[in-house]
Amino acid sequence: MSNITPLITNLNALAGGLFIVSTFGIVATRQIKASLKFFILQSIFLVISAVLLGLKPFSLDLMAVGAINLITKVFLLPWLLKRMVKKEIYTKREITQVLNIPTSLIIALILTIAAYFFSLPWVETQNISSVVHINVPVGLAGLFLGAYTLTVRREAVPQLLGLLAMENGAFFAGVAIAPDLPLISELALAFDILILTFVIGILTRSVHEQIGTTSIGNLSKLKEEA
Amino acid sequence: MILIWLISLSLMTSLLSVIPIKSASWGAKITLLGSFLTLLLAILTASNILDSSTHTLIAIPNWIALNAMGSVILLLISFIYFTASIFSIGYMNFKDKKEEQKYFLNFNLFAFSMLILPLIQEPNTVWIAVELTTLFSVLLVGFQNTHAAIEAAWKYIVLTIMGAAIALLGFLILYWAARQAGIEHYTWQGLQDIAPQMSPVLLRASFIFIFVGFGAKIGLVPLHTWLPDAHSQAPSPVCAMLSGIETTAILYIILRLLPIITASNSIDVNDWLMIFGLISVGVASFLILQVKDYKRLFAFSTVEQMGIILVAFGLGGHDANLAATTQIIAHAVTKSFCFYAAGGVLMYAGTRDIASVKNLIQRSPLVGITFLFGGLSIAGAPPFALFLSEFSILKAGLEKGEYLIIGLLVTFIAIAFFAIMYHVSSMVFGDDGTKNKSSFSLPLSSKITFAIASLPIILLGIYIPQNLQNLIELAAKTIGG
Repeated sequence: MSNITPLITNLNALAGGLFIVSTFGIVATRQIKASLKFFILQSIFLVISAVLLGLKPFSLDLMAVGAINLITKVFLLPWLLKRMVKKEIYTKREITQVLNIPTSLIIALILTIAAYFFSLPWVETQNISSVVHINVPVGLAGLFLGAYTLTVRREAVPQLLGLLAMENGAFFAGVAIAPDLPLISELALAFDILILTFVIGILTRSVHEQIGTTSIGNLSKLKEEA
Repeated sequence: MILIWLISLSLMTSLLSVIPIKSASWGAKITLLGSFLTLLLAILTASNILDSSTHTLIAIPNWIALNAMGSVILLLISFIYFTASIFSIGYMNFKDKKEEQKYFLNFNLFAFSMLILPLIQEPNTVWIAVELTTLFSVLLVGFQNTHAAIEAAWKYIVLTIMGAAIALLGFLILYWAARQAGIEHYTWQGLQDIAPQMSPVLLRASFIFIFVGFGAKIGLVPLHTWLPDAHSQAPSPVCAMLSGIETTAILYIILRLLPIITASNSIDVNDWLMIFGLISVGVASFLILQVKDYKRLFAFSTVEQMGIILVAFGLGGHDANLAATTQIIAHAVTKSFCFYAAGGVLMYAGTRDIASVKNLIQRSPLVGITFLFGGLSIAGAPPFALFLSEFSILKAGLEKGEYLIIGLLVTFIAIAFFAIMYHVSSMVFGDDGTKNKSSFSLPLSSKITFAIASLPIILLGIYIPQNLQNLIELAAKTIGG
């Protein structure tokens, strides 16, 4: 860890900053297509960070993480979504959201600051390496913002993006704190996400067939009050 | 070696069940055979554990091994897998061959993903296995393809995967802490050995993330909202697996963290368990009062029981751990029986509405008696298994001087008891103005399931065999105390 050059550290910090910005983009957009684009951007910055941290000392594991994320999240996932729920993505429909956009942004800001202070004691266990100081708070913020998106959005595809944003956040922290995690786990993790998407995609389609829209807001039959 | 057999057996069963053979109900037959052999192997494994000097079996060092607690979980999984396979035969009505194949493939894969949970020693791989349980069970929850079933499946997948993402960060932090401490083999055992050297701050963070994340899958309040939906909409044999054993199998992952956390003294983990446990018991006991669907009734009772188990482990010490382990066993066997009984009522009445089902005892005595038996035993009435274990939890708590905790626990258990019995008795004895027996009769497979599944509930309420008692003692020791 100690022989990471300042250039790499700075570039990684830039990737971290842009990762947060694109996460805010996911929170702030009203259209599914734009939300998806911001998610792809977020994934690209995750890939960049993984590759940067894997350069020196060279780590095949991190390169693999980057490659897997690039393939699944930047290419495969958008392709799958376009195939399965094309109409949902390309109609210029606004996403139903419980809270409006300005309020969401303020909450997102608070969550980001909270993530920084939460992770402060953790990163202080690592004295020299500054990549942890960037990646862990940013990753935690990604996790929180993903969870927030998931909670306020009421439709299938945006909820799915929220879930995957959470997963991206966890990995953004992961590439810094567990760079030598055995590859087999990484492969399987990404593999998981792929199947997951498949399952959710199928589910989205069946939701679609059943009630004519992928809006989850309509799914409120099962509750306690009769 | 036997562990490898165990893993490959359920995987092979899954593969065999999709072979398109003309013979009627091929999938059901092969599943039945596979689950029966799995149960036999699990019993054999348990006896090997008792005989071995270290009380652990190691198949592949640092990857696949089993300790006493894992063996208890394995026994429960395979027992419920077996009974659920029998119950599936008469209960499931498949439209065509393809649907049948799909059901049994997912059913067996779901069982497989649970069976490997206690066996895997590398924590990150355990996380993957937990994801697999979600993946295979979600298709079963949405199996009936109705609006309600799909809604339940969607809620299930969103909440549990959200939990999984949170837990993932927890596992990554755990690895971070272990790496800082210079761990040699990243396994549960390795973590336990190195725990005193690990950073308490990181260990605390990782425990909280994993606890909250997997808490969603266990059904702890406030992340329980998917549970009554999923556990009521899935076909009854699947409910038995979900409610009876899946929750417990995930709980076991959290239990594995306990000795590690305790050894490092980083967080007062017992308080966390007791507080979250009590909240779950309390909320669930009041929610049971107002249910209108009898499968949701049993689902909420799962939330309640998980809370009781957490409180029991939170009490700490040998007696409480022993009682909690017994409670795990008693709950798993009882809850699976309850869902079979509920399945019986559903086959008879065709509705899940409590108010529309009345006078079961006269209309269809067998359905009525099994449902009453299920209700009484899950509510914790003597002389059934849960009564004995709940009683020993209360006793252990009082001996430790935790009067407030036990006082609250008793109150909530009592509320849940009356709530469950109120609903069950209205269904079994409520007057519907008729006295005639209906012509409905249960399929033979259901009757056999009732007979097999009720055995441990009655037996364990009166007498715990010495071998099992030894296994429970060993299992409790692995948690600490």
